Amino acid sequence: MAITDDVLVIGGGLAGATAALAAAETTEDARIRLVTYKQSTLRHASGLIDVLGYAPGTTDDQQQPIADPYTALESLPESHPYQRVGIDAVRDALAFFDEIAGDAYAGAHTDRNALVPTHGGTVKPTARYPVSTAEGLASDDRDTLLVGFETLPDFDAPLAAAHLEAAGAPFDARGVTLSFPGIGRDDAKVTRYAHLLDHDERVETPSVTGETGAREALAATVNPHLDEESRVGFPAILGDAHPAAVREALSDALGAAVFEVPMGPPSLPGLRLEDLLYDALESAGVRVTSGVPVVDYETVAADSTGENSTADETTTAAIDHVIVDRNGAQIPHEADQYVLATGGLVGKGVESNRERVTEGIFDCYVPHATDRYDWFVDDVFGEQPYARFGVVPDEELRPLGTDDNPEFSNLRAAGAVLGDYDYAAEKSGAGVSLATGYVAGTRAGEACQ
Amino acid sequence: MSDAQRRIDDGAPGEQPSTGGADGSDSDSDSGNDEFEPVQVFPEAEEMDLRPGADNCYKCSTCDTNCPVAEVDDEFPGPKFQGPEQWRLKRQDDHDIDDSVMKCSNCMRCDSACPSSVPLSQMHNTARAEYVEENMSKFSREYLRNRLLANYRRLAPLASMFPRTANVVMGLSVTKWLGEKTLGITSEREFPEFATETFREWWTDRGGAKVENEDKRIAYFHGCYSNYNTSEVAKALVRVYEHFGYEVMVPEQSCSGTPMFANGMLEDARRAAETNVRELAAAIEDGAAVIASCSSCSMSIRQEYPELFDFEDTETVAANTWDAVEYLRVHEDLTGALEDTAVGDEFDELAYHAPCHSRNQGLDGQTIEVMDAIDGIDAQDVGDSCSGISGTYGWKAENYETSMKIGEEMFEHMDAAEAETGLTECPTCSMQMEHGTGYEIKHTLEVLEAALGGDRAESGAGSGSNADAGTTTATESN
Ligand SMILES: Cc1cc2nc3c(=O)[nH]c(=O)nc-3n(C[C@H](O)[C@H](O)[C@H](O)COP(=O)(O)OP(=O)(O)OC[C@H]3O[C@@H](n4cnc5c(N)ncnc54)[C@H](O)[C@@H]3O)c2cc1C
Ligand code: SF4
Ligand code: SF4
Repeated sequence: MAITDDVLVIGGGLAGATAALAAAETTEDARIRLVTYKQSTLRHASGLIDVLGYAPGTTDDQQQPIADPYTALESLPESHPYQRVGIDAVRDALAFFDEIAGDAYAGAHTDRNALVPTHGGTVKPTARYPVSTAEGLASDDRDTLLVGFETLPDFDAPLAAAHLEAAGAPFDARGVTLSFPGIGRDDAKVTRYAHLLDHDERVETPSVTGETGAREALAATVNPHLDEESRVGFPAILGDAHPAAVREALSDALGAAVFEVPMGPPSLPGLRLEDLLYDALESAGVRVTSGVPVVDYETVAADSTGENSTADETTTAAIDHVIVDRNGAQIPHEADQYVLATGGLVGKGVESNRERVTEGIFDCYVPHATDRYDWFVDDVFGEQPYARFGVVPDEELRPLGTDDNPEFSNLRAAGAVLGDYDYAAEKSGAGVSLATGYVAGTRAGEACQ
Repeated sequence: MSDAQRRIDDGAPGEQPSTGGADGSDSDSDSGNDEFEPVQVFPEAEEMDLRPGADNCYKCSTCDTNCPVAEVDDEFPGPKFQGPEQWRLKRQDDHDIDDSVMKCSNCMRCDSACPSSVPLSQMHNTARAEYVEENMSKFSREYLRNRLLANYRRLAPLASMFPRTANVVMGLSVTKWLGEKTLGITSEREFPEFATETFREWWTDRGGAKVENEDKRIAYFHGCYSNYNTSEVAKALVRVYEHFGYEVMVPEQSCSGTPMFANGMLEDARRAAETNVRELAAAIEDGAAVIASCSSCSMSIRQEYPELFDFEDTETVAANTWDAVEYLRVHEDLTGALEDTAVGDEFDELAYHAPCHSRNQGLDGQTIEVMDAIDGIDAQDVGDSCSGISGTYGWKAENYETSMKIGEEMFEHMDAAEAETGLTECPTCSMQMEHGTGYEIKHTLEVLEAALGGDRAESGAGSGSNADAGTTTATESN
């Protein structure tokens, strides 16, 4: 017996989770399953939801961030995933995300990009941002103290403050580097900092004699360095399970607004977004199978589709079931509709060897130059062709074969497995995953009704 | 692999391919020329030798953020250090294994988290064995204690010969005090009780299998714990499988090796594994699938054996070993059979914890899905945190506090759930759940037995939902 569901989503990153949630919302009684292998790129991502930060094709370092991403979407090339699903779908997907995220995210009040300071002291144009970063927006003119820690060298607060000022931020910024109470080793994990604050563990405080709660100890460490600034920015380590409580405690003790500065990977705001999505999946009744890969598939046997269709060579095949590998045991999983959301080169949805670039499960067509030396340009900061590798879908997001026909009638693709966009250069990663995940999931749900 | 050389940061503009050798990962290539070689961005077939395995690491730290020990104890340097960094150091010169490897609980979460398939737990297991072999005195208290804990199976037969005496002696506070003082076994925990009749004794008394069926056969790997301590779990497995018409075989077997890996006793584990692979391969030859009721046993046979040993048939045994519920889900219409069944009040509300070792096998969602099919059961998942005990880990006095800190989240969620009964598939998680909450803890197979048994008693064999069990034999009567 195969494990049987109505919609099967393969891949549990932002695109797959969104697709599963959208399918669950479209069909009340359908059974939705999400199968995912390793952990997704959400854990590396900043937790910001970028729709479009920079126009593609402008690789110049001096390029200007896009103020209104929706207007800019219209001028994207026809093949861009945003154009495939249409601008309205992008708006619908963002609204869908706002509903799921509730008050954990901000930015829905405007179409315009917000400017969020990042750990390097640059500002990032983004459409939605975690509430923990909300008090730190660069468009806000309150003076700012940035606090870094000796044990977290990725965030050099004085340098970040200098960068912000040099970039013309409309406020005074100052940075200090302190030592984090309760952290001994210099490579403690971000989860360790968060756990200390979440549980308000007892720690030794240098300023006070004896032990206090970690939140109070941290505030006491920062307080003497606070001048007139009305907001204080910390690296994004302020709690994992209870971030709002941690921020509130710090803010009360400091008498200033508190915000987080998104960090490089591994990223707690990314982890929190992952938790938020997986909680939503559980509430929506989506069944999640994780830790095992989909490795193969079978199409519906030709003779079961009737004599007429067997004669017709051009009939689009349908997937009957896929095979999940569990340490060598082959477990069939069957569904009516499938969504492929296995990610790009980073998520391992798209693979490559010396000869060719492929999509790993269904071998969907991935256009690429035959000469591998054309996959790159010499200028490492130039637009890299390989960054755009991925499957090419029709408007329903069904991957197309070399003949421009859908590869399978019941397979749709979403997220970084899609080609023809460069999320890193144009800052569109989460937005494309949301929009295409939303459309692929909705269509899959509709198709199995 | 490809991403190993791909810079992973969110800094604009985009990731650039490395020019090769920049991070030392290509240091054993034959020439010193660092001419731009774009192809190095993409993977090459790598054979599974540990040191090259370290090169797959692209330092994303996903493993570190999944490590329950590093989250509560910053003395522990984390899996990225334990695994790839340590093995990289070893390649450069003959570095000693860092003693912090003994603080790893072998929960294997890092292993299944790594997006680049770095064989982390294989590295930890090998490092631990090397550390114990080369750096730990064979006369130290720690070594003796670990050897004892790892070889629980050798003591258990003695205890189970005189179970009542053993239970009393183990429960005495003086025994516990002695345990802590002389051996470093925490006095905070209650020793598990020994069953008055082991599963194998029961099986022999019963006359072995009650169902014979050439076409549907399983070989039951019961492991130590359900033989000596929770024999009701093992009996439940037999009854559930016989309900579906399976012939159950109970081959000779040794410990799965899990506690030995975790204590760096790789030679002990090898001996045990050799017996198991031989016996289980013979059963597979006879047409049986291997079924385990303990998630760590199945994990060990499926993943750790092929990673660490190469006996003939290791791979065959791994590929034919299944979790007890998973096998039924795939080979029978389990949810169909459970429809319209009900269980008594003792199981109406359950707080379920998925053991790390079942999570790592992709089985974490399964129990709730199966429980949902039974009328009147409200099973609630208490979240994805680690229970903290990890086999023998939480028994050691020096780890007790860490173990309880890790478990805190699970205890809180259990307290918040409606249920007063816990549910899990791992015997040591079960101890931790009971220790932290005082709840009674059941195994999923016990609930299935209650559901399927109740149904059969009412409707008689072969009728109703039993139809799809094929040749259900109505021989099971006790
Ligand atoms: C370092 C980094 C930083 C980023 N920063 C930002 C940012 O600041 N803002 C932003 O908007 N976006 C950012 N992104 C992009 C964004 O987070 C995601 O990469 C993008 O949304 C793609 O998501 P996805 O769901 O398509 O794929 P992924 O997140 O790659 O998920 C794919 C999933 O599929 C699973 N999978 C793969 N193969 C199989 C298989 N055979 N069977 C089952 N499962 C499989 C994988 O294990 C993985 O869990 C960043 C990405 C990276 C890598
Ligand atoms: S998760 Fe894998 S690739 Fe990432 S740091 Fe750990 S071992 Fe390296
Ligand atoms: S096995 Fe568990 S405890 Fe050990 S390093 Fe990995 S995640 Fe941490």
